[in-house]
Amino acid sequence: MAQTPKIAVAMTVNGQDVSARLEARTLLVQYLREGLRLTGTHVGCDTSQCGACVVHVDGKAVKSCTILASQCEGAQVVTIEGLAHGDKLHPMQEAFREHHGLQCGFCTPGMIMTAVDMAQRLGTPDEHTIREELEGNICRCTGYHNIVKAIDAGCHEMAKGQHRQAAE
Amino acid sequence: MYAFTYLRPGSVRGASKALATKENAKLLAGGQTLLPTMKQRLASPDHIVDLSQIDDLKNIEQKGRRIVIGAMATHASVASSALVRDNIPALAALAGGIGDPAVRHRGTIGGSVANNDPAADYPAAVLALGATIHTNKRKLAADEFFAGLFTTALEEDEVITKIAFPMPSRAAYQKFRNPASRYALVGVFVAKRGRDIRVTVTGAGSNGVFRWSEAEAALSKRFSVKSLEGLSISASGLNGDIHASPEYRAHLIAVMTARAVAAA
Repeated sequence: MAQTPKIAVAMTVNGQDVSARLEARTLLVQYLREGLRLTGTHVGCDTSQCGACVVHVDGKAVKSCTILASQCEGAQVVTIEGLAHGDKLHPMQEAFREHHGLQCGFCTPGMIMTAVDMAQRLGTPDEHTIREELEGNICRCTGYHNIVKAIDAGCHEMAKGQHRQAAE
Repeated sequence: MYAFTYLRPGSVRGASKALATKENAKLLAGGQTLLPTMKQRLASPDHIVDLSQIDDLKNIEQKGRRIVIGAMATHASVASSALVRDNIPALAALAGGIGDPAVRHRGTIGGSVANNDPAADYPAAVLALGATIHTNKRKLAADEFFAGLFTTALEEDEVITKIAFPMPSRAAYQKFRNPASRYALVGVFVAKRGRDIRVTVTGAGSNGVFRWSEAEAALSKRFSVKSLEGLSISASGLNGDIHASPEYRAHLIAVMTARAVAAA
């Protein structure tokens, strides 16, 4: 097909309204990285297996290499850049630092976005569940032990935060 | 992937019309199979018809003794639905074992069933539970729906709207995963509803999902693992590839069937 028609797309990314005219075939990850210069979201396998590209769309973890930007019309998108409050890391980011849940760091943004989704759905899952839930996130450095420890600690920290919020 | 024109109809009627009138048009449900296929350039539709903005396709409801699941219900929503978990726990468990959490947040039951991948999980459940596939034109029994590899009875402009599952008295799904891809090397769904007993196999048949009638007959006498003793299935007509020979798949079918009966 010769012509590549463009379509208007509007969504909210990390709390900011954004819009663009994009080729229909533009993937969400391409728009985030190349359009918005949010390069914290990585492209690993580009075949929806490795999880380096995980972001949240309407509060759910998805692989941004396997969703069109146009499918996110009107959606709330959160990327790794949207987790911290200024210099204050998100509890899950802090847990990955504390427990050294990374080596090269390439998979880390996707791991953390998956981990936050896990905490939001499951609260404080046990170790077996954490490992099962990591089915779609591949790390080739760590052997996962410290990632699992970090997620366990991060989930507990997030649960505490929720209790604090509920008490306030 | 190749360029395409993107359409987002607001109704099933609009989607069907787009399929009928647009050249080389394809429905996009969750996109977890279609988009990777397009990236590999194994599919190159000129028009993509996105179903995500159509209301009412995501509902999960109870109608008498049936659980009716909208075509655009995601695997995650089926797995976590109280209605499905309470009434057909085997179906909820199956949905919760597809792909990974992120894939389950996007992938849909309608997309899976319409694609009829020979290693997909849902076709085994649809066929074993004797589900009815509702489209914009008609209702199809599972037995007349699946028509071979990546092939179904759906017509060019036909859209699945929902799938109605009768509640079984006993059911279970057992999957032997390919250690690398995690797809079903063999998956067996066993369901008992009244006197109707069905055993379906996915991942193994060279023609896609199928019923193992000898096992069904054996279990009809008595629904017990003992009834399957000594029963085996021929390797002819089964897939063989670098992952498993037809003989190994035949062996796995018997093992997974016994496990499913024990779990049901």
